[in-house]
Amino acid sequence: MDNLLSIVTFIPALAALILALFLRGSDEAAARNAKWLAMIASSATFVVSLFILAQFDPSDTGFQMVEEGAWIMGMSYKMGVDGISVLFVMLTTFIMPLVIAASWNVETRVKEYMIAFLVLETLMLGVFMALDLVLFYVFFEAGLIPMFLIIGIWGGANRIYASFKFFLYTFLGSVLMLVAMVAMFVDAGTTDIPTLMTHTFGSEGFSILGIKVVGGMQTLMFLAFFASFAVKMPMWPVHTWLPDAHVQAPTAGSVVLAAILLKMGGYGFLRFSIPMFPVGFDVLAPLVLWMSAIAIVYTSLVALVQEDMKKLIAYSSVAHMGYVTMGIFAANQQGVDGAIFQMISHGFISAALFLVVGVIYDRMHTREIDAYGGLVNRMPAFALIFMFFTMANVGLPGTSGFVGEFLTLMGVFQVNTWVAAVATAGVILSAAYGLWLYRRVVMGDLIKESLRTISDMTPRERAIFAPLVVMTLLLGVYPALVLDIIGPSVEALVANYETALDIAMASVTDASAAVASN
Amino acid sequence: MIQADLTIIMPEIILSLFAIAALLGAVYTGKDKFAPMLVWATAGVFVTLALWIGVNGEGTNVAFGGMFNDDAFSRFAKVAILLSSAAVLVMSQEYMERKGLLRFEYPVLVALAVVGMMVMVSAGDLMTLYLGLELQSLSLYVVASLRRDSARSTEAGLKYFVLGALSSGLLLYGASLTYGFAGTTLFSGIIQTASDGSISVGLLFGLVLIISGLAFKVSAVPFHMWTPDVYEGSPTPVTAFFATAPKIAAMGLFARVLYDAFGGVVSDWSQVIALLSLLSMFLGAFAAIGQTNIKRLMAFSSIAHMGYALMGLAAGTALGVQAMLVYMAIYVTMNIGTFAFILSMEKDGQAVTDISALNQYAKREPGKALAMLVLLFSMAGVPPMVGFFGKLYVLQAAYDAGLAWLAIAGVIASVIGAYYYLRIVFFMYFGAEQDDALDKNSSPVLWTFLMGSAAIMVLGLINLFGIEGAAAAAAATLVN
Repeated sequence: MDNLLSIVTFIPALAALILALFLRGSDEAAARNAKWLAMIASSATFVVSLFILAQFDPSDTGFQMVEEGAWIMGMSYKMGVDGISVLFVMLTTFIMPLVIAASWNVETRVKEYMIAFLVLETLMLGVFMALDLVLFYVFFEAGLIPMFLIIGIWGGANRIYASFKFFLYTFLGSVLMLVAMVAMFVDAGTTDIPTLMTHTFGSEGFSILGIKVVGGMQTLMFLAFFASFAVKMPMWPVHTWLPDAHVQAPTAGSVVLAAILLKMGGYGFLRFSIPMFPVGFDVLAPLVLWMSAIAIVYTSLVALVQEDMKKLIAYSSVAHMGYVTMGIFAANQQGVDGAIFQMISHGFISAALFLVVGVIYDRMHTREIDAYGGLVNRMPAFALIFMFFTMANVGLPGTSGFVGEFLTLMGVFQVNTWVAAVATAGVILSAAYGLWLYRRVVMGDLIKESLRTISDMTPRERAIFAPLVVMTLLLGVYPALVLDIIGPSVEALVANYETALDIAMASVTDASAAVASN
Repeated sequence: MIQADLTIIMPEIILSLFAIAALLGAVYTGKDKFAPMLVWATAGVFVTLALWIGVNGEGTNVAFGGMFNDDAFSRFAKVAILLSSAAVLVMSQEYMERKGLLRFEYPVLVALAVVGMMVMVSAGDLMTLYLGLELQSLSLYVVASLRRDSARSTEAGLKYFVLGALSSGLLLYGASLTYGFAGTTLFSGIIQTASDGSISVGLLFGLVLIISGLAFKVSAVPFHMWTPDVYEGSPTPVTAFFATAPKIAAMGLFARVLYDAFGGVVSDWSQVIALLSLLSMFLGAFAAIGQTNIKRLMAFSSIAHMGYALMGLAAGTALGVQAMLVYMAIYVTMNIGTFAFILSMEKDGQAVTDISALNQYAKREPGKALAMLVLLFSMAGVPPMVGFFGKLYVLQAAYDAGLAWLAIAGVIASVIGAYYYLRIVFFMYFGAEQDDALDKNSSPVLWTFLMGSAAIMVLGLINLFGIEGAAAAAAATLVN
């Protein structure tokens, strides 16, 4: 099959189309059909995507399973995966059936809900597979529309504010990237990502309005892409949309947001910023490293004082994304390996944590931490699962959380010891807020009257958590599963980055030598 | 010679004759009785002519010693004008009839306005330009005040007329200055005087005044003041007409004058156009935020869209013209769909223009709400809708021409503009429940246009329906 990637990408969209065109009525039967069709489609996507993994050859660092077709404006419809993207594709297809299963209790506008999630899945998969600049942008931005609707229609009390903030914040970040993409198109004459990776953009400094721009075009383009990815990631200080979006979104929306949408930012850094603007990357890396360190400590401290469970986990997500940016901007093998690993692992752990909150929210319809306490007495299975993922979130050795954090810290230690030292403090803080949350919600005596009749997890809920537990443990004890796949590609990425830097440095030295000799 | 000339302007002649015949026929027979049939007949003639021009026309032909051009550019614009006018006529028939507004003059006036537009985009001389422009404008003034017994509508017509006369005055003054300093009214003569980047002060004044007059017609800031009032006051089908065909004609004429007559001094006008574009984009984005009337909102939206189209023009390159044409084609398609939706907004048979009336619309009519959602995101320039590719085109043209600042300003304005489009989505999908819902309007014509336009906005993603090539050919004949 030479168009395996397109098939995987568009199965969910096809299902959404079928739902939109052929499913009539809004009675219970229609809702059930919508759920099952969504379930079948997302599961089928996962199964077919396994073929991608099976066909994938980790030792080949180029793009594989490439498909290409002519498109408008001299662009092309080009899809492909490499060691960096293939696992994000797998993560997406793996999480989506769980997300659909977790939404089984949705009651309002079930059909539209399922359509929104299926369309979103197609768009997310497209982001990780697109090998054309504009195609990437189309998938990247289009994802805002279903997410805007998901938060706005099925969200909590303050959903309007959250959905507008989410949309406009991320839209503003991305349009600057669009201008940079146009600039790249004009400069290189192509929007083909593999070609652009080998294209060298100008890095000679110039000044704008008297401000000297070190690294020239590359720095400006880097900044434009950074604006988009940093918002998406989200990095401190542009993270403020995330807690709002998370708190207001329905459980499934939060899961998708945390597990997959946030990863687009990190993926973008790896796909565009490092290979295409090495000089700009190098110029700004120290700044970003410190921003990451601040993010880890600051958002962990903020997480400590939250009273809303979802908000706490949202801030914890920002902190964990801090490790990711730190690892990426360390720009060495361990750092980047760790960053990707951390993203994959965070995909499982944060998804699980939001689902945990969803379990008790479904029962009590509140996310206030104070409304709970002593749940272990009536919900032992829940307490166990919550414990497991809290520990994974903290980074307990043996869970996948540990590997990612350790690798990124190791990577950054070689580049900047102080950043590593500050970031390590974040590990302690994450244990503090994680365990404290656990103590307040689960431990102690069951004294709240309202909780007397709360019931433990249903088999459906347990079934949703099982794969997540397995993956978290598996990656924790055998990280090579991931590292073997991403290793060669990351090695090539880092090597190319260093070569590009050396060449740029050499040309700068040449230029200054020429100036001196004149 | 004269026969060859007449062959070239055959479409215009046919349409004029049709309009006159329709006028005579209707006056001497049943008057308004035939109006519905006449609307369909006029639309049919439009479509036939569009097909004829689109399929038959080839090469560059000049008539009347250069006063009239028939080339790929004018054909592109003419096809767009004819098709969009036909669409608006068909959409308006039912609405006008129910409101008792369907007089036989309506299709006749629209046909005459279209003749004027066709002359505008073919103009090769300042005289032809003015003839076309006035024929169009005078017809439009009357159409704007079609609802004679409504103060709003007559006010709109009068405002449009007075300000339009002012702009015509500016334009004429500019034309006379140009004539005085260039010694000719032919574009081909003016371009010889104003070439190699040098231009006399008098000619520069002429250029600026002509630009001002034309900016009024495309409603670019700071010549936009009439737009919201006229859009709001006119009957909705007329507003739909104003938002579509005349805009293409005016942009086409704009491009004609700038390239055919002043193509040698691009740097002189490109900054003026860039400024118009910048102001239009931002004013359109900011001013629409506070609007609750969907027609006024669409007025500001169209001002912002003209800003983006002007961005393509400001580039001063073939790519820029191509981008402008593609943008206009997309803009018109979106607007036809949107106005089909606005026409269907009714409560107890009365037209409703308040956007809060759309509360929870998606629950009652999910299909139409979804189509409108697509159109709104398309207008906001969010991918994967086709509106995004229009924006991408003009951004690329602007950046390519060294107007990076304009491109950056444009995308920032588009984020601000996204807010008010989202607000409509907000009402339709997240709004509060309300009792007095809009009527379930099931006019098949409006439904078809709304759905068709939305489908084009999504499916165009595949290849833009091939208009790229036509637009490129059109741009190539204009810029060389």
